[in-house]
Amino acid sequence: MIPVAFDYERADSVDHALTLLAEHGDEAKLLAGGHSLLPLMKYRLAAPSMVIDIGRVSDLSYVRQDGDHIAIGALTRHRDVEVSDLVIAEAGLLAAATAKVGDPQVRHRGTLGGSLAHGDPASDLPATVIALRGSLVISGPGGSREVQADDFFTGFLETDLADDEMLTEVRIPRRPDATWSFQKFNRRAQDWAIVGAAVVVDGGTCGVGLVNMDARPVRAAAVEAAVASGASAEDAAALAADGLEPTADLNASVDYRCHLARVLTRRGLEESGR
Amino acid sequence: MQVTVNINGESVSHDVEPRTLLVHYIRDHAGMTGTNIGCDSSSCGACTVHLDGEAVKSCTILAVQVDGQDVTTIEGLADGETLHPMQQAFHENHALQCGYCTPGMVMAAVSLLDECPDPTEEQVREGLEGNLCRCTGYHNIVQAVLEASGSTT
Repeated sequence: MIPVAFDYERADSVDHALTLLAEHGDEAKLLAGGHSLLPLMKYRLAAPSMVIDIGRVSDLSYVRQDGDHIAIGALTRHRDVEVSDLVIAEAGLLAAATAKVGDPQVRHRGTLGGSLAHGDPASDLPATVIALRGSLVISGPGGSREVQADDFFTGFLETDLADDEMLTEVRIPRRPDATWSFQKFNRRAQDWAIVGAAVVVDGGTCGVGLVNMDARPVRAAAVEAAVASGASAEDAAALAADGLEPTADLNASVDYRCHLARVLTRRGLEESGR
Repeated sequence: MQVTVNINGESVSHDVEPRTLLVHYIRDHAGMTGTNIGCDSSSCGACTVHLDGEAVKSCTILAVQVDGQDVTTIEGLADGETLHPMQQAFHENHALQCGYCTPGMVMAAVSLLDECPDPTEEQVREGLEGNLCRCTGYHNIVQAVLEASGSTT
């Protein structure tokens, strides 16, 4: 499978990438690790006429403490997130979910920012960043802005990013005392989740993000509210699919996905000690 | 575009289209056909090579992305006639049947031991989850990797 022909530019900085984006508009796509974009281009589901390679903008690859947040550069590769001592200690859910992305080869190339900017409801990391109440820093011609993860994912493979903007940083609240669980249900190793539940519990509150349960990555708000008001894991998890509209495919019917969401959310809450 | 890649210690330079995949660059332009194409969709791992020392799937990387970087293919593992310890372990454990997945499996296994030198059987199985063997010969492959981990540490 060969992508449709395109022009290629390599950006050497964020400013350079933004200049190229401004020049080429919606004809251009940013290429980070390429493990979301290149498969789409090979299947010819995407055919940008200009590919702007940001893979070597090395100052966007970092994991560091920033006040009460962990700041992760958008171009940080999955492998580097997975083994980061800081992420493991203070955002363990993110380390665990990242370790479930694809396979080792994919994690050597794929980036956190690339996965989030792709906005795939079936991917593990968007729901995880929602559960952790993370936020995303976006740079554009007018400077930078910060968006909560809940507001970033707007539809199927659609995000709040404008054509002339790029994602530069992901910010996760530091929670060393939180307990967590990442439940990924699939039939074979390395498959996408049929449904997944990212759960983090901190004191009396929790965060629950669901994978593949709607057109976009979603928060199980009803579950979180029930937990906050003292419901048991079982009672809270019974609300996991409320208001959501998952799709049916070869792997699962809508009813089965809703069932999985309830079961995986309960397991996640229980494994988190709730 | 002119793309120069250091493949197995030798600098290779070719003028290719930006859409040229690394695996095609390696096979069709550099002429090294040890790296196989299986699923062509980053699932099967047959095309696994090392990029700057780490296992990657060369069907899901553009050649232009690796301009100036180091690639190691299965041809680059042996030292002359002396097999790499992982190749030797595959040989001794009958860890290949049809052999199609073998180059990618060996490259993934070498990278796995670089990151996890003393793995458990479970870690080997999880570490090779990105490589499929259509002969389903996983048992001996896992044995080979475990044996290689003993002989290389």
